[in-house]
Amino acid sequence: MSTETPPSESARPATSANSRPAKADGDGAPGEITSAQVEHLAGLARIKLTPEEITKLTGELVAIVDNVAKVTEVATPDVPATSHPIPLQNVFRDDVVGVTLTQEQALSGAPEHDGSRFRVSAILGEEQ
Amino acid sequence: MSHDLTRLTASALAEKLRTREVSSLEAVDAHLDRIAAVDPDVHAFLHVAADQARATARAIDARRASGDLSADETGAARGGSASELAGVPIAIKDVLCTIDMPSTAGSKILEGWVPPYDATVVAKLRRAGLIPLGKTNMDEFAMGSSTEHSAYGPTHNPWDLDRIPGGSGGGSAAAVAAFEAPLALGSDTGGSIRQPAAVTGSVGVKPTYGGVSRYGAIALASSLDQVGPVSRTVLDAALLHDVIGGHDARDSTSLRDEWPSFAAAAREGAATRSLKGLKVGIVKELQGDGFQKGVTQRFEEAVALLTAAGAEVIEVSTPSFEYAISAYYLILPAEASSNLAKFDSVRFGLRVNPPGGGTVEDVMSATREAGFGPEVKRRIILGTYALSAGYYDAYYGSAQKVRTLIQRDFARVFADVDVLVSPSAPTTAFKLGEKLDDPLAMYLNDLTTIPANLAGVPGISLPVGLAPEDGLPVGIQFMAPAREDARLYKLGATLEALLEEKRGHPLLSEAPDLAPQEMFASEEGAV
Repeated sequence: MSTETPPSESARPATSANSRPAKADGDGAPGEITSAQVEHLAGLARIKLTPEEITKLTGELVAIVDNVAKVTEVATPDVPATSHPIPLQNVFRDDVVGVTLTQEQALSGAPEHDGSRFRVSAILGEEQ
Repeated sequence: MSHDLTRLTASALAEKLRTREVSSLEAVDAHLDRIAAVDPDVHAFLHVAADQARATARAIDARRASGDLSADETGAARGGSASELAGVPIAIKDVLCTIDMPSTAGSKILEGWVPPYDATVVAKLRRAGLIPLGKTNMDEFAMGSSTEHSAYGPTHNPWDLDRIPGGSGGGSAAAVAAFEAPLALGSDTGGSIRQPAAVTGSVGVKPTYGGVSRYGAIALASSLDQVGPVSRTVLDAALLHDVIGGHDARDSTSLRDEWPSFAAAAREGAATRSLKGLKVGIVKELQGDGFQKGVTQRFEEAVALLTAAGAEVIEVSTPSFEYAISAYYLILPAEASSNLAKFDSVRFGLRVNPPGGGTVEDVMSATREAGFGPEVKRRIILGTYALSAGYYDAYYGSAQKVRTLIQRDFARVFADVDVLVSPSAPTTAFKLGEKLDDPLAMYLNDLTTIPANLAGVPGISLPVGLAPEDGLPVGIQFMAPAREDARLYKLGATLEALLEEKRGHPLLSEAPDLAPQEMFASEEGAV
């Protein structure tokens, strides 16, 4: 009784395993992860990688994505997405001043500061 | 004498403190001695706050002597149960912010960082009179199943120092299993409390999502993370859960529920030992191929005990669980890539200036290259990929749909049964280094624990015995519907009592004594 097939099951299309989706804008091989792409992703994530790391990560990502692409087999249009396990709505606190960090506390872990502000190097490069 | 104090459960130690048979300072000293003796081998701790712990213990002892302990502490939690643990030492996973101890989350990028505030759970511990001994080791930013991804070196399993203690909370589990602390705090995003508990022979609970505040817990994946207790007995976990649970206005995902006393549920379970009327569902998808023989054997013996105690046990099927790991390893990296963006070399932690200088962006990139370990980089890049334009719907979107299917499977089977049961982990503790170079093999360790995180339901792992082939601990996992944590404590305490009755002693008393023999030779010689 508890092993019965849920109603949505029959509506799911049969798909092959490891069917990595094609990239929507259609450039290059379908969903193929290249080292150039890994380098680009690392740039977006603000992580400088060595050429060796890029090569290693590319191979690992291909293997991992091949595996996790399994989710596309059952994610049919009739299934809504869930972002949160136990959703709550309209979580507000009263609009009153609370106890917050002092400026000194907020700066206490900063690599560099001038006593009242975080200090960073130039925001813009020379050509900007 | 001091050796004996570390062998007590938290509730037994609390009783001796209450009757003033021992002082809190004696209890803290005994645990600090034990840490000094065994932690060079186990490496459960990243930081030991010996002086602070002793000072806090003295203050608690003084307040107990003057009789002003109960009023303050009983006010700190429901049912007055918080004061039960006053004076008991505890270890804290390094993912939790502590105002007086470094909080690194196992990462070089936060090396030496001391937060300007306490996590809510830490503040609650202090208010209840528990005494923090230090911070425990973990996989960097809780990404891993073995603690081998800690930037500060792995923790070793007290049952066999060549083996992993589980992860990411291997430090907390090993500290408890090695009698370095009677209690610990952990965090569970995909099994980081339950899997370490299983492979070290300890008890670990992932509460209902929103049941325990995450304010001040360094976030890994915010829709999955949950803080929870680690201990040697079900009652101890329940007592700690009573202290740390409840609503927190500083965590917008915190539930406003009124929770029952979990300690009362555990005590009831241990006392009645009858499971008449309880319907238990064995999850078909969380057994069979890929599960170690001895794990299956001990699991089935434990299930037979449930049946003998009056439970009705049936097999249930949750077909979508097959997709849980895939969904998890898209959702987690996606959320982590966003959460870890805060480590930008500006407000806290490491800053690395590239040779010849550069813009703030160059500094960020150089800092994150130097400060993050390989697994963190791997997951951030994977998450960035899963969220990037053109792939978002196919990967992250599909994973969120799988999450719906998993929730539906849980709802369907929970209409028929009260709790679900499975082994806590597919295998016993594996050798250090065995899976380090194969991320996919490592990810499979979480097969059994991930569904509960995706659905937000509570889960408990408790030890059921040793696998005959390797003599290592095996854990059983129970899962209940959201908000039914008390059901797990009651059932867990019943099974624990039945197992101990059969075995004649707690499982952890069979663990090797790691302390060098000469440490206690003089005491024993004097007898």
